[in-house]
Amino acid sequence: MEPAALARFVFGRIAKAALVVLAIVVLNFVLIRLAPGDPASVIAGQSGAADPQFMEQLRRQFGLDRPLPEQLWIYVSRIVMLDLGVSHRQQRAVVDLLAERLPATLLLTGAAFVFAISMGILLGTLAARRVGTLADTLITILALACYATPLFWVGLMLVLLFSVLLDWLPAFGMTSVGANLTGFAVIVDIGRHLVLPALTLGLFYLAIYARLTRASMLEVADQDFVKTARAKGVPEGRILRAHVLRNALLPVITFAGIQAGQLIGGSILVETVFAWPGIGRLAFDALLARDYNLLLGVFFCTSVMVVAFNIVTDLLYALIDPRIEVAS
Amino acid sequence: MSLLAIENLTVALPKGLDRPNAIEGVSLTLDKGEILCVVGESGSGKSITAASVMGLLPPALRISGGRIVLEGADLLALAPEQWRDLRGRRLGMIFQEPMTALNPIMRVGEQIEEVLRVHGEGDRRARAARVGELIEAVGLPDPAHIRSAYPFRLSGGQRQRVMIAMALALEPAVLIADEPTTALDVTTQMQILQLIRSIQRARGMGVLFITHDFGVVAEIADRIAVMQHGRIVETGRAADILDRPQHDYTKSLIAAVPHLVANAMATEGAAGEPVFSATGVRKSYWRRGSWLRRSTRVDAVRDADFILHKGETLGLVGESGSGKSTLARCAVRLIDPEAGAIVYRGEDLAPLSRRALRPYRKRIQMIFQDPFASLNPRKKVGEIVAEGPITHGEGRAAATARARDLLRLVGLDPSAMERYPHEFSGGQRQRIGIARALALEPEILVADEPVSALDVSVQAQVLDLLADIRRRLGLTMLFITHDLRVAAQICDSVAVMKDGAIVEYGRTAQVFSAPAHAYTRALIDAIPGKNWRPPAPV
Amino acid sequence: MRDFARRFARNVGAVFGLVLLLAVLALALLAPVLFPVDPWQMAGVPFAPPLEDGFLLGTDSLGRDVAAGIAHGAHISLLVGLVSTVAAIAIGVTLGAVAGYAGGRIDDAIMRFTEFFQTIPSFVFAIVLVAIFTPSISSIIAAIAIVSWPPVTRVVRGEFLSLRSREFVQAAIVLGQSTPRIIFGQILPNALSPIIVLGSLMVASAILLESALSFLGLGDPNVMSWGFMIGAGRSVIRLAWWMSVFPGVAIFLTVLALNLVGEGLSDALNPRLARRRG
Repeated sequence: MEPAALARFVFGRIAKAALVVLAIVVLNFVLIRLAPGDPASVIAGQSGAADPQFMEQLRRQFGLDRPLPEQLWIYVSRIVMLDLGVSHRQQRAVVDLLAERLPATLLLTGAAFVFAISMGILLGTLAARRVGTLADTLITILALACYATPLFWVGLMLVLLFSVLLDWLPAFGMTSVGANLTGFAVIVDIGRHLVLPALTLGLFYLAIYARLTRASMLEVADQDFVKTARAKGVPEGRILRAHVLRNALLPVITFAGIQAGQLIGGSILVETVFAWPGIGRLAFDALLARDYNLLLGVFFCTSVMVVAFNIVTDLLYALIDPRIEVAS
Repeated sequence: MSLLAIENLTVALPKGLDRPNAIEGVSLTLDKGEILCVVGESGSGKSITAASVMGLLPPALRISGGRIVLEGADLLALAPEQWRDLRGRRLGMIFQEPMTALNPIMRVGEQIEEVLRVHGEGDRRARAARVGELIEAVGLPDPAHIRSAYPFRLSGGQRQRVMIAMALALEPAVLIADEPTTALDVTTQMQILQLIRSIQRARGMGVLFITHDFGVVAEIADRIAVMQHGRIVETGRAADILDRPQHDYTKSLIAAVPHLVANAMATEGAAGEPVFSATGVRKSYWRRGSWLRRSTRVDAVRDADFILHKGETLGLVGESGSGKSTLARCAVRLIDPEAGAIVYRGEDLAPLSRRALRPYRKRIQMIFQDPFASLNPRKKVGEIVAEGPITHGEGRAAATARARDLLRLVGLDPSAMERYPHEFSGGQRQRIGIARALALEPEILVADEPVSALDVSVQAQVLDLLADIRRRLGLTMLFITHDLRVAAQICDSVAVMKDGAIVEYGRTAQVFSAPAHAYTRALIDAIPGKNWRPPAPV
Repeated sequence: MRDFARRFARNVGAVFGLVLLLAVLALALLAPVLFPVDPWQMAGVPFAPPLEDGFLLGTDSLGRDVAAGIAHGAHISLLVGLVSTVAAIAIGVTLGAVAGYAGGRIDDAIMRFTEFFQTIPSFVFAIVLVAIFTPSISSIIAAIAIVSWPPVTRVVRGEFLSLRSREFVQAAIVLGQSTPRIIFGQILPNALSPIIVLGSLMVASAILLESALSFLGLGDPNVMSWGFMIGAGRSVIRLAWWMSVFPGVAIFLTVLALNLVGEGLSDALNPRLARRRG
């Protein structure tokens, strides 16, 4: 793609993403308004028993006594300024809480995603190449099993096996408490804590990507241009790499983009199981404390993450598929 | 010694199909510097024969007997790796579908270069130079630009030229062409045929040319082999077979080719009153732009006029994208024209609402191109045919009885009523489609390429049926086709369309004998085998 | 139809899945007979391991029968899975059919709307919905339906878009059939197979979603469910592994069964595709 076209493409995507984020903000507002009871109590994160004076203050702050469009305007302009309000339970700004937890979640989801997509493509390719053989059947069964297992349960079972029974890997947290490690040892420590959560989160998506890669490879292998390559005398190995795989990965990338949101959603479960100090764990705490404002902050933050990830996959796709200029 | 000799070749089908072998006892020879056309209808085994030589049979098929000898070596005795090396080096191949035969995400130059690379030819620079030569040799414009383009930027004809460049890269001894022009428009087809011919002459290649079209055969063949049901029924020199076919099947195939002699009954048909007309019909589409790119307007039909007289058949001819189908769909109001009048017996149908249009629906019916897509797969044939009258308020019993009669009229057994469309062949389905259209007793029949998806012998039967029905029921017909042979055979008048406009309009005989517009002349010149006069059936 | 049954029966996995599914269904229906005692009631000593004290699958930290919980939990899983899927399909088919048939601006608007819902991380959205509207069976079902309809819309729209331009639909227009008749008589019957297949897979993911919600404590507090049982066993996994292992196996088997049936349906309804899949 030409640099100018690329710039136009990126600009278009970002503009579109901004609209989506705006829509998410509006959705958040609608949720607050639709919630049963006083919207102020949703923001305050408590129902009924709150201090009336405090509630009155909140109402004024959010303009809850004004007409609806004005309320919406106040709400949107606050969020545009990255003011997601205060978690009254934790007595801290929601943005600060999210910023503090974000790196851990990014590490977890990133590791899980890389694991899932690389192993998924590898296993899917293997299954497609050996279609109908024992290897194919085993991979298919494995994928089916991963696909049918609840994430949080896999997490617990891995804890049971690798922490309780075998005592190989730590079961909870991101770092060893009170170990006072420095330098490289810290990285190793975090890495050891990361293995089980990333594996848990990744397995389900590994199954999806493996199945998708397999189906996509088989479909592409049937297409005319593969026959052309054979007629040219291209060796099978090169046909697989240069012709089949490259084309077959396009739908996998698209799907990975669509699935990003699921991956981040799944991290709530995994972080809950492994007490991983990320945004998901924050969401669980917010749930327990009925801290709805914080919960909506998590919802907003994860949505923005998905939007950002979608831009990246769109860009990746555009770089691989030359036809995208006309399609977009 | 022949360049290529196929000896007694048999390819077995998987068990449980209607016949044991895809091809059986096929023997052919191909010499240096000759073009051998293998002709047959779908299912005759001609493509299987080609794939066998390349070693590219689908996995379910297996060569169960015979030999394929290329330049003295039996291909079937070679190791797979040796056979692979011969592909591209001594054996080149081009396929039917240029739109899907190239890798969509690889640059054209790279795809041509790949042939050289995988056979270990030359260094990077030598290969690049050779790619440039090849692109030029197949007559592609602006080689520097083409080599770095992706296939989706190229037209069908250009892609087929790229395929030819790829097949020729290592100057193979044998070129196998499997219906290489079937998916192309007639003028492009002629250019590709001429290209294949000139390259073959210049390099003395042997060409195994697979086709179903006797026009193409007459244009290009030195020798001919005719296949039917997996066997070769007749081989010989081109002139002998085209003018003096011996085998009954060859005779029937050649008899089914529409003659390029304009319709003899043309004069009597057109005397009737005008019943249907289009005046100033216009339709355009917006090709959607993207975020910052403006949408562009494409004129599909521009100010088209025509008049149908009672009992007349008007042919609307043109290449793909000429707007002939859009105009036909405007005539039946499947598409709403932007401007112009569609007048049926004094009433302008163009501005009518769907509801107001309903009574006229009965009077104007349509037959479609694709016999596999035009019948609802979930309905029984009886329902499909009776649907129209029931929609217009006729009782179920009466409509069913009529459906039965109509099926008989189009040459199907009434037992067809209780069966589903997938149980019928393409020709039979087209008959069902005709019965459906006739069920409303229309006065005007719009036929959109009704025979172009059919084999030539079936095509002749359906055309005969249409002619017969038209005469018996006094129908007036608008007949859309890309095939000038078909138009010449059945139309009283023809309108030639190009880029959305009717560029020539007149009596069939006159248009064919003295075309006024340059484009009409180009179209007629491009009819494959136009100098061949098929022998009159005895 | 007979063809379909034969193709389905030839698929070993699909038949296995169907048998498994029927077993879960039977368990759900027979739970009140097999375990007449309320699953919330203390039935024995706490933390009894499997097969001890007459408890097949042991007891939990409050001495409740794990087997009874699983049997009663089957009911809520299937109910939520089925009802939320039906609701999601109703939304998805309506929007998809309108978008695909109408085309143009209406299609654009509906697809933007659908894409938006597909962008939102669905699980987080479901959590927010259930939390804000307080956990109950109906809020759980509604939340799952709201986050699950977009794929249906996409599939149905795609089917309608391609079927709409097919010649048999054009023939129906030329015959003068009314739009509702064309949609319900010509197009919908031909779009049914992918909807059925998608539906069976959606029941599976709805069950997973429900279990995840109740694992996080967002289940209906009055109803025993598998996810809740696993959540309750989480903190005592070193002490009583059976509390979380067996309910998980129940979820796994049910979801697996539905996936197998879904794939069997898909292969039986699209024999051409099945063969290609190898």
